[in-house]
Amino acid sequence: MNGAQDLGGMMGFGPTLAEPDEPVFHARWEKRALALTLAVGALGEWNIDVSRHARESLHPVDYLSSSYYEVWLKGLEKLLVARGLATPRELAEGRALGPSKPTKPPLAAGAVATALAEGTPYDRPQTSSARFSVGDDVRALNVHPKGHTRLPRYVRGRRGRVEKIHGVFVFPDANAHDLGECPQWLYSVRFSSQELWGGDGDRNLDVSVDAWESYLEEAKA
Amino acid sequence: MARHSSPIGGATRAHAHDHEDGLSDIAVRVRALESLLIEKGYVNPAALDAIVETYERKIGPRNGARVIARSWVDAAFRKWLLEDATVAIESLGYAGRQGEHMVAVENTPEVHNMVVCTLCSCYPWPVLGLPPVWYKSAPYRSRAVIDPRGVLSEFGVSLPPATKIRVWDSTAEIRYLVVPMRPDGTEGWSEERLASLVTRDSMIGTGFALDPRSLAPEPAT
Repeated sequence: MNGAQDLGGMMGFGPTLAEPDEPVFHARWEKRALALTLAVGALGEWNIDVSRHARESLHPVDYLSSSYYEVWLKGLEKLLVARGLATPRELAEGRALGPSKPTKPPLAAGAVATALAEGTPYDRPQTSSARFSVGDDVRALNVHPKGHTRLPRYVRGRRGRVEKIHGVFVFPDANAHDLGECPQWLYSVRFSSQELWGGDGDRNLDVSVDAWESYLEEAKA
Repeated sequence: MARHSSPIGGATRAHAHDHEDGLSDIAVRVRALESLLIEKGYVNPAALDAIVETYERKIGPRNGARVIARSWVDAAFRKWLLEDATVAIESLGYAGRQGEHMVAVENTPEVHNMVVCTLCSCYPWPVLGLPPVWYKSAPYRSRAVIDPRGVLSEFGVSLPPATKIRVWDSTAEIRYLVVPMRPDGTEGWSEERLASLVTRDSMIGTGFALDPRSLAPEPAT
């Protein structure tokens, strides 16, 4: 979706302000918001693409005026309600007012290290051959899906070159909407700054994105 | 105003207020959510503590610094890192969530690499820990792909105009680690001492490895 999360190339946000000796967390609530997001995620009631879509579906004004952990918190609250794990009234009151949804048992403290160290691999078996080869000229489709996508607006309709084939990976556009993993070939595609930004582009800049096969078409010579 | 309440969009917030107990609105909201999720049996408080402990104390940019230092002293490891970063990094004990699929990109006198996630906050957790606020903010995410030299100047980094900039937008589950150049004047240094020169920003591409003259001299043994 063309939401507030898709920021590449926007202007007017001002300088990047790095905080010297920045702590990992700035408040206790940030620690808990992160931990709650990961721990509830471990129940397996949704996947990472569903989470990302919940965050980017916030109203653009809400998204841009929230801090990052606030966006996580709001995404988590939204999913808890949408998936029937809690009600808005329970969230407001901070206590259970009805039965819990049957889920997997909660992540145990002793299982945290293993769960984080194992992660969740997103590559899948290669059951078909890749449509594109390294060196192929491709064009990112000019598409504007209403749902989740990982094709940023600034490359749509632009011509680039396949530089690497990563393998076959879970397709977020489907996975975010519970349509299955629908794995596809994933490519690293390199675009020149002139192609992306025209005459204003830095002549010594190339930008690469990782693009699933269905985001791309063959570029005519 | 504390940095933690900086919205993604960067402007200051107008209406933050504290409760009588000194907690902000957002802290109260997260506390309510945690109580609810514990009562409902979805999360285990000790597991939340273990998650926070992991990212506050165990996983951070010192991990990545050890990877880089090894690549500076061991040519075979460097080759492995550039060809198959996931496995090479795992051989040093760093793997897992948000580092399942790693790619390392090498800085040279001719090419400078820089990593961004324009769509959210994708970042290689096992080697760098959790991302700093600026990495997740709109000023960085919007400009890294269109004006990276302008962004770099805000980090005090100036590159010769002839240096090619390669920006990697983390649009899929591939996570990027920049391999900064080894500073001059470090011949014969131990891996551990070299690692002390490797900053977080140098592994994102918004900085260089430290000048060895900036370190305190090593005590005579």
